[in-house]
Amino acid sequence: MTVAIASGKGGTGKTTMAVNLALSLQGPVQLLDCDVEEPNCAIFLKPRIDASESVGIAVPHVDETFCDACGECGRFCRYHAIVSLKTTPLVFPELCHGCGGCALVCPTGAIHEELRSIGVIEQGVRGSILFTQGRLNVGEAMPVPLIRALKKKKRTDGIVLLDSPPGTSCPVIATLRGSDLVVLVTEPTPFGLNDLDLAVQTVRTLGMPFGVVINRSESGDDGVLRYCTKESIPILLEVPDERRVAEAYSRGETAVEALPHMRELFGIFAARITAELEACRRTPLPAAGR
Amino acid sequence: MRELVVISGKGGTGKTSLTACFAVLAKQAVIADCDVDAADLHLVLTPRVVKREQFRSGHEAVIRPDLCRSCGLCREHCRLDAVQMHDGQSGRPRFSIDPVACEGCGVCVRFCPEHAIDFPERACGEWFVSDTRCGPMVHARLGIAAENSGKLVSLVRRQAREIAEREGRELLLVDGPPGIGCPVIASITGATAILAVTEPTLSGEHDLERVLALARHFGIPVSVCVNKWDLNPEMASRVEVRAASRGARIAGRVRYDRSVTAAQLQAMAAVELGGPAAEDIRNLWDTLNHFPGGKNASI
Amino acid sequence: MKIAITVSGKTLDAPVDQRFGRAPVFILYDTKTRSSEAVDNSQNLNAAQGAGIQAAETISRLGAECLLTGHCGPKAFRTLSAAGVRVYNGASGTVAEAIAAFEAGKLAESSGADVDGHW
Repeated sequence: MTVAIASGKGGTGKTTMAVNLALSLQGPVQLLDCDVEEPNCAIFLKPRIDASESVGIAVPHVDETFCDACGECGRFCRYHAIVSLKTTPLVFPELCHGCGGCALVCPTGAIHEELRSIGVIEQGVRGSILFTQGRLNVGEAMPVPLIRALKKKKRTDGIVLLDSPPGTSCPVIATLRGSDLVVLVTEPTPFGLNDLDLAVQTVRTLGMPFGVVINRSESGDDGVLRYCTKESIPILLEVPDERRVAEAYSRGETAVEALPHMRELFGIFAARITAELEACRRTPLPAAGR
Repeated sequence: MRELVVISGKGGTGKTSLTACFAVLAKQAVIADCDVDAADLHLVLTPRVVKREQFRSGHEAVIRPDLCRSCGLCREHCRLDAVQMHDGQSGRPRFSIDPVACEGCGVCVRFCPEHAIDFPERACGEWFVSDTRCGPMVHARLGIAAENSGKLVSLVRRQAREIAEREGRELLLVDGPPGIGCPVIASITGATAILAVTEPTLSGEHDLERVLALARHFGIPVSVCVNKWDLNPEMASRVEVRAASRGARIAGRVRYDRSVTAAQLQAMAAVELGGPAAEDIRNLWDTLNHFPGGKNASI
Repeated sequence: MKIAITVSGKTLDAPVDQRFGRAPVFILYDTKTRSSEAVDNSQNLNAAQGAGIQAAETISRLGAECLLTGHCGPKAFRTLSAAGVRVYNGASGTVAEAIAAFEAGKLAESSGADVDGHW
């Protein structure tokens, strides 16, 4: 079963929750770092990476010998990624979404596709935890194709944890799709509350069960608590605002390894998540929700 | 006109809190909130909306069930796994398109033998031009589960630039999004300077590397500020040394101070409330404005 | 030959628009007949992406051999070059003044984009 750990606001503690939860769950666990623009799980999990593969998207290449500059490809493309003037078409690979349409519409079969690398997927292990991360090449605009490729590496047994990027737009959606449970991590501040509400609306649009984790609780006000009560959103965990936790984090240490009371807290969290997943398994969502 | 974009790579380092302070200290700037999918600057600057417009971008494919003959060709062609197949009546499967997965490429629309797929323009959000106590502000809200955030960012910046030109304002302050992908790229291209806000942590250091690489890729001068530096002074220095070796200028440090959150709770910028961090931020702003190379050359 | 000029306005005494992709109007000027027409480019004013490329396609379709403008980004420049249109960045003043400067050989042909691309 898949648990996605997301948030509206950045820096609320998604990676912290994902890694410490992975270390606290029983049974086979896979941690997928889907924040391909800034993957950080490995800093804390310190897996042994043993495999790496390049990921590409298909971009058009035009064979000039077959091209008669009819302009069909340029007329078709919604992204101005291929432009046909009186000469052979120009390709702007950075704008290409890899839909394959230009190759399909070309009447002379002059377009074939080649993979253009956008990033890498790396796999490794830490104890019994299987770890997979994606890393987008710097300068690449589109993380979504890499996230989609990364999610194909999900194992089918045990629990899969997805560390999601921050925000509510396409990379987050690509991460959340197909998850059984979403954990929204927030902080009890006005920014945290504002972005939590956006994240809640997003998850509700996707139709998946979700709960909230309040990190650095009592560092702000009770706005988030009141919001969750009003919206009947279960609070799965509250993590106190402790300097020692922040310091361990700054050194790349996991909370559960650095502080015994954190190990206890995350043990409770792991049990809660396991219970929530059991409940999800027993009441499957309608197909339209996925 | 100078344009300073505040980004971070890693989320939660304090971009918005700092940008709000800069807006207060700059007095004559135009402000743009380019973190369009999780905008927070308005919570501190409390804008009064003067103009609001719909943001329409791209298209989405919608199958007309009355015309669909269930051939499934759309599903075969779709590379985004956006075409869903359900059990239908009379043994024929039903097909529908998940608007969240659809990227509006138009392939299914083009190849449907029954021309059963509509292709309307997509309403992706809204953008606003507002007044604030610090100057005009352009901001936006991306629709829930919408895409094209990069394009909305470009639009916000463009509108903000036009206001700056029209009103003769010399500075455009941009609150950027986290990450290094398309909304960030859209927020920095053509800017005169970048401030990368980071934190004294391994994660912050790692993410800053990628942001600095992005700034280099686009040839934009970048300054770095370590926020909450005293959480790990050794790491703060390490981050600064690393950043400097990558060609970034060190603009200053801001200490951890609960009054920054206290200010946020009162819809104020930290420099309006005062406190130790507020002092650090004033110094930071001063440094940013006086880097050598001529008057205000850094921004 | 035909030259295209970006303009904020519709006539020869309107100012040259400094941005190529999102200029509201192009003036197409025929140096032989000395006639001109205004061509609307408003579809690109708010185009989310590819305004420069689209504008370049328009210029190419109009049969312009040269483009006079303020600034042109890399994707637009590449498209214009592929179409065989010579680009002259740095044009200013009114359209009539820019044409005069061009004909007097005072404008330098640009060898590349002079601003960064935008989305």
